[in-house]
Amino acid sequence: MNTNNRYELNKELAQMLKGGVIMDVTTPEQAKIAEEAGACAVMALERIPADIRAVGGVARTSDPKMIKSIQKAVSIPVMAKARIGHFVEAQILEAIEIDYIDESEVLSPADDVYHIDKTRFQVPFVCGAKDLGEALRRISEGASMIRTKGEPGTGDVVQAVRHIRMMNRQIAKVAAASEDELFHIAKELEVPYDLVQYVHVHKRLPVVNFAAGGVATPADAALMMQLGAEGVFVGSGIFKSGNPQKRAAAIVKAVTNYDNPKILAELSEDLGEAMVGINESEIELLMAERGK
Amino acid sequence: MKIAVLALQGAFIEHEHILEKLGAEVLEIRNLTDLEQPFDALVLPGGESTVMGRLLREEQLLEPLREKIQAGMPVLATCAGLILLAAHSSNDDRVYFGTMPVTVKRNAYGRQLGSFETSGMIAHVGNFPMRFIRAPYIEETGEGVEVLATVEGKVVAARYGNQLGLAFHPELTQDTGVHAYFLRIISDANAIG
Repeated sequence: MNTNNRYELNKELAQMLKGGVIMDVTTPEQAKIAEEAGACAVMALERIPADIRAVGGVARTSDPKMIKSIQKAVSIPVMAKARIGHFVEAQILEAIEIDYIDESEVLSPADDVYHIDKTRFQVPFVCGAKDLGEALRRISEGASMIRTKGEPGTGDVVQAVRHIRMMNRQIAKVAAASEDELFHIAKELEVPYDLVQYVHVHKRLPVVNFAAGGVATPADAALMMQLGAEGVFVGSGIFKSGNPQKRAAAIVKAVTNYDNPKILAELSEDLGEAMVGINESEIELLMAERGK
Repeated sequence: MKIAVLALQGAFIEHEHILEKLGAEVLEIRNLTDLEQPFDALVLPGGESTVMGRLLREEQLLEPLREKIQAGMPVLATCAGLILLAAHSSNDDRVYFGTMPVTVKRNAYGRQLGSFETSGMIAHVGNFPMRFIRAPYIEETGEGVEVLATVEGKVVAARYGNQLGLAFHPELTQDTGVHAYFLRIISDANAIG
């Protein structure tokens, strides 16, 4: 089997996740709650972003034993995070047959210049991006799925909104450009010409694009879907809230019925306390600025 | 001809594009009010069966759709959709529509590293590209089930009455053969009905 086919299969797994919610979990029990509530995949990690933010220090990839216990607990795909540029952490995750690696700015970057060469791997990668240039650079490195960076662990959706609006604006601009302008756009965005050409023809990224970072309520999730996200990652928003089961199930339904305000109103009732959150302006560490 | 596509989660748009290319009209099913419109057939797409199964129950779609399938409405089910149709699963207690007398094995080829592509003969369709993404296969078939395709001895496509179940994803290919076969099943059902 050649690598090109593997890349197609990996992009297609992301297609199967569309319209779904991927939830951060730290234990097999949480993974089961997430699956039961309708998560289409789980992200196994030792600490959720809000706690990484609170505790500080270097955040690394999780203990393989802990990830394996989550793989055993659920039948849905299991993802895990590797540090930006830390290709050995990624090799370890591939060795335990992870379904998707998130090369993530939530962890402390291991390389301040290079991202992982994802074309060398058989397992798929999802990467964060806050604009079209970052998205296409990650894709050229072999990412088969993109998510907005947002600002993880804050419960504040403003950055995720900014990132998806920026991507939409830039995609519209590339789509409207004349063909002879594409070379210059590729130079400006610092990305390969063929990817710019793909965006020009198809008016979208060549891979599935999810929203992530700061989604805390069903309304947040539906907002990101209405802005064009194809699914949603929810990190701290669920297990930092008063009633994780109910909130998780409500966010799942909100993603399915994202353009039905009547259903969204019903879903938003009586969910208990949302994660307290911190405003973008109150935080010292902007994770979204990691890895460009 | 109007075909309803279950749009709770997963790769439903891919099915819609192929059906539209073949001249069919499609509508999306997300909740009970969507069932008020008449339709001739149903597509259960790929995605996560646990997610779709939960939402089918929560939105009270499971019973009304099961009744339609049992009454003979044609169904095309791919991957997770096949799991929704199956009467039994050898490695999972969860049963959803349970209208197709087959036993499926979920994630039968393992995790994403086990996903693969191949091609093979499908009865009534011909040689066809097959894409398996964390796919199931059919371990046992009950009475009246016609095996349409096998890969390395495992059943990967079957028909029972007007129910068409596939372990792979024809909606991810450029080949419209499987969907065209499904449209013929719908035409025949309409002619009889």
